[in-house]
Amino acid sequence: MTDATLSPPRFRHLGLPSYVVLLVVLALVVSSVAATAPSADKLVRGITRLFAPSGLFTQMVPPDFSRIEPISWKLLETLQMAVAGCFLGLIFAVPFAILATDRLSPHPVVRSIARAVIALFRTVPDLVWAIIFIIIMGLGPAAGVMAIMVDKIGFAGRFFAEAMEETDPGPQDALRAIGASRLGVIVSSVFPACLPSFTATSLFALEKSVRGSAALGLVGAGGIGVDLKVAFDLFNYDEALAIILLMLALVIAVEQGSGWIRRKLI
Amino acid sequence: MNALILPSRALAGSTLVEPVLAVAGLTKVFSGREILQGLDFALSPGQSTALIGANGSGKSTLLRCLVRLVEPTSGRIAMLGQDVITLRPHELRRFRARVGIVWQRHNLVPRLSALSNVIHGVQARMSGPRAWFQSLAPADVRAEAMTCLARVGLADRASARVDSLSGGQQQRVAIARMLMQRPAFILADEPDASLDPQTGQEVMELLLGLVRQDGLSLLVISHRLEHTLAYSDRILGLANGRIALDLPTVQANAAALRRFFDHEGAA
Repeated sequence: MTDATLSPPRFRHLGLPSYVVLLVVLALVVSSVAATAPSADKLVRGITRLFAPSGLFTQMVPPDFSRIEPISWKLLETLQMAVAGCFLGLIFAVPFAILATDRLSPHPVVRSIARAVIALFRTVPDLVWAIIFIIIMGLGPAAGVMAIMVDKIGFAGRFFAEAMEETDPGPQDALRAIGASRLGVIVSSVFPACLPSFTATSLFALEKSVRGSAALGLVGAGGIGVDLKVAFDLFNYDEALAIILLMLALVIAVEQGSGWIRRKLI
Repeated sequence: MNALILPSRALAGSTLVEPVLAVAGLTKVFSGREILQGLDFALSPGQSTALIGANGSGKSTLLRCLVRLVEPTSGRIAMLGQDVITLRPHELRRFRARVGIVWQRHNLVPRLSALSNVIHGVQARMSGPRAWFQSLAPADVRAEAMTCLARVGLADRASARVDSLSGGQQQRVAIARMLMQRPAFILADEPDASLDPQTGQEVMELLLGLVRQDGLSLLVISHRLEHTLAYSDRILGLANGRIALDLPTVQANAAALRRFFDHEGAA
């Protein structure tokens, strides 16, 4: 066999730094699992307790739908919180995204500030935002709407900015060459090009808002989460299961609906 | 505006007519490399001028410098009676509105209709939502846009999304958008480059028609020898960032021009 027919080595040769990185990652994984993951016997004991005659599962089944009417109204409030917060978040995400986009931002400093704000909104969990707005605005759905809005500015702001970043600069340059204003270039060239991406992001944001809004009630920010917390606190586990199942139905319905819209529009 | 000192070539060529474009000592340096090396030329109004040269000779850079899409390093440009170099941003916007540019890539907004894309041309003199989409445009703007589409033979495709049109049709929509600007000067950067020979010829005929019928001035880059000879009144040849050829098209011979289309022309 000649040298020309020799196949390349099966694995790329790794240098010492690569081995050190691998070792560190491996050590991190092993130590994390050892420190925090449940032991096998603890897991077995937990599962046994779950299905015991007085266990959580036994008390949850069958679900209690006797309070379905008030729960349904709370579910509607949850959906309304999600829609309102998501809508406001998407609206405010657009200017933040424009300011955070390289080609559209008026100044690099403005771009850096906009990116930092978006990162802050995205990094802090919505439950923390909910607590902050409860302190500011008091208990109730308004705090939930504000929390969802801020979370969505962070979520959609990032994806909107990325979509605008990836658009073909040609049509924008052509309009700039015509003498079009900055706003004219953005609305008549950038937005139409980003429409599919904006639509997909907005629908994902709505799904995320519905899932999130159910949990916001756990800290008092309105919606069905309040009822879920009360049910658990009063050991009404069968009613808690009914609420969880109804929340699941709402989330699945919204996901199916947004998936259908996405397929139709994009 | 102070009278610009015109280059001697322009004075020798046309002393009776105020030039529509006068360039003096124009240079452009990119990363230490001199792309344009002190260009001097002037163009008479109502003429079609072909700009030829090998790849990398600086043709596209020159076109972009003329409207300051690329800022020149030094030199002076007088176009349509304005000192282009000294224009402030808002003045530059108004000036650009009078210069129509046809790009090699049509640069239309793909998801919008042909009519909306043509209406974008009105942003040269109108701003706000009425200039953004055909559905919001006033009746007179829509009528003018339809006239521009009819002029390029595409009135029947006004509602079609431009990404559903052929390459030649898209280029014609881009020309209609440019007409919507009501330009006084047209810069065309290889408008025939990505088109088949027949369609390329139609686009060049369309541009020449604007010169002959509307009295517009045209500076067009083309890599096709036959188009250069057929659709221009004057030929400027660029080599190594300098004007290496300047003659009326009637005096040009194909063999002499050929070298500007190959790499030897740039050498």
